[in-house]
Amino acid sequence: MDAIELGIVALKCLVIVAVLLTGFAYTTFLERKVIARMQQRLGPNRAGPFGLLQPAADGVKLIFKENITPVGVDRFVYFLAPIVSMVVAIMAFAVMPVADPITVTIGGQVREIRFQLADFNVALLYVLGITSLAVYGLVLAGWASNNKFALIGGLRSAAQMVSYELAMGVALVSVVLVVGSLSMNDIVDWQVAKGLPLIVLQPVAFGIYAITAIAETNRAPFDFPEAEQELVAGYHTEYTGMRFALFFMAEYINMITVSGLAATLFLGGHHLPFVERFTGNLPWFVDIGVFLAKVILALFLFIWIRATIPRLRYDRLMAFGWKVLLPISLANLALTAVVIAFLAR
Amino acid sequence: MSGLDPAFLIVGALAIVTAVGMILAKNVVHSALFMVAHFGLTAVLYLLLSAPFLAAAQLIVYAGAIMVLVLFVVMLLGRQEALLDEPIVGQRWLALAALGVLGAALVRVAALGVPAAPEGGTAVVPPAFGSPAAMGDALYTQWVLPFEVVSLVLLVAMIGAVVIAHFQRRPRNEKAGNPAIAADATEIPSPRA
Amino acid sequence: MGENWAFVAILTVIALTIPILGILAAMVLAPKRPGTIKNSTYECGLETVGDAWVQFKVQYYLYALIFVLFDVETVFLYPWAVAYQSLPLLALFEMIIFLLILGIGLVYAWRKGALEWI
Repeated sequence: MDAIELGIVALKCLVIVAVLLTGFAYTTFLERKVIARMQQRLGPNRAGPFGLLQPAADGVKLIFKENITPVGVDRFVYFLAPIVSMVVAIMAFAVMPVADPITVTIGGQVREIRFQLADFNVALLYVLGITSLAVYGLVLAGWASNNKFALIGGLRSAAQMVSYELAMGVALVSVVLVVGSLSMNDIVDWQVAKGLPLIVLQPVAFGIYAITAIAETNRAPFDFPEAEQELVAGYHTEYTGMRFALFFMAEYINMITVSGLAATLFLGGHHLPFVERFTGNLPWFVDIGVFLAKVILALFLFIWIRATIPRLRYDRLMAFGWKVLLPISLANLALTAVVIAFLAR
Repeated sequence: MSGLDPAFLIVGALAIVTAVGMILAKNVVHSALFMVAHFGLTAVLYLLLSAPFLAAAQLIVYAGAIMVLVLFVVMLLGRQEALLDEPIVGQRWLALAALGVLGAALVRVAALGVPAAPEGGTAVVPPAFGSPAAMGDALYTQWVLPFEVVSLVLLVAMIGAVVIAHFQRRPRNEKAGNPAIAADATEIPSPRA
Repeated sequence: MGENWAFVAILTVIALTIPILGILAAMVLAPKRPGTIKNSTYECGLETVGDAWVQFKVQYYLYALIFVLFDVETVFLYPWAVAYQSLPLLALFEMIIFLLILGIGLVYAWRKGALEWI
């Protein structure tokens, strides 16, 4: 690894962080606008044209808000929790491929630039491992706050993660079974080579992934850890200002990551598998646009579901994860394995 | 390269620091946090040893699942600072003796089990070493029987968990009036009040 | 392969600096006017009653325990799925036996009511 390559990697990291933060800001804006329209309101429309500067205004406000540290908190863990949430949220994006690699000449040397930070043969497991750490931010925040609402919120998030991560993991195994690799690039290439996005072959796995992704990111109708009618604000009841903003950012960045994962695993990633049968491979900037469009579509679905479906009852939530999603995903896995055994041999 | 990889040394030293921190921390949650950090660093050690699958499994199973279980236990117990009494008389000295025996055994096993380094320095790691595909090939052709025994062990653990939890749960069920109403917490008078 | 992990390490460092910078910026820029009432624990405008450490239902623990067992199973599933197409047909039956044994456990927990949230 020489200096130029190191520079490229550092630049890529900065771009990832910058894009995720901008994405977070405009996802909140999109959410407020879309929900407002669905409720026949206008939504934010004062700051800038069409309210487009609203996220910047929110950011400035949150930085200048007082940071209240209540008495009786465990100070170290209280400061650590939002940082953990944020770091974990950013790191999960490392293996996402955004476009085909290009070759450029820098200083007389031909270099290949990948629009992806890293890819390895356990990439999918890496994402699952990192997202399973996301729960610590919430549990620690709930525990450190010395507040009953916060503690219950943190505990609920852990219980919910426990109940939905299994079904997600098993559903993704069926995808791996079809492709035979855990590398993100292999999964995308497979879909392009076959000319079919995996959602066609694994609709059940996609459905389970979509439901569990909503539960894992603690979004409505699974937003129990912060259910405002029951728990005030759940695990971040005692957080204000910038520290609260970090939790908020982590939640939206997690949404972007699970949307990106859905696009990569099920929708053909940065390719249009069916269309590219006729047009051939598209240039890299179209790739980025395709990927972005898929992510925004998934984010829109997130918001639409939030505006449409009311929150479940807590015992129903647990029962749904264990008694419906887990058996279905196991049955889907067994069926996939049998079909592959008799088709591919 | 002669000697150990400096990255391995640094991560290994940090792992030892977090392990010691876990034992020394007075607060159970801080202790659990040190343990999470330790598990994460162990995963990095596996990575440096060219075992990426093992690293991912370490992260998912230990840091992701088992530590959540530990945190639940901590929260079920409530906020208790670690007490400095000795449930077993003289347990510190017993622990020290056990540590000596274990350490001696470990050194003995290490001396037996470490194969000599190949002539001329570094061992060559085959390209697919530690990858999920290689793991799958080994696990499901050569080591089928141990793998199936693992499922039996897991079954026994699950049945045990259900039996033990029911044993604790029964008295509370009789008290609860309306089981349809879900509640997160049952307030129990704290033993210190 | 090893380089890729070094890239992730660089991202980790950058990911760590962002929230820390944010908190530091807020520390410098935000006003600090603490007060006894403002800094008290929030409890719907009332004085806090009792300890925040209420005891929790054993159900949480039970779910977590069953989760750990199934999580181990899921981790075993991944290398199987990756190698599946190059393994002999026997691998299918190996995994079906494995899943059946664990399925017995799930059915047992279900029938015993361990999955009920009461």
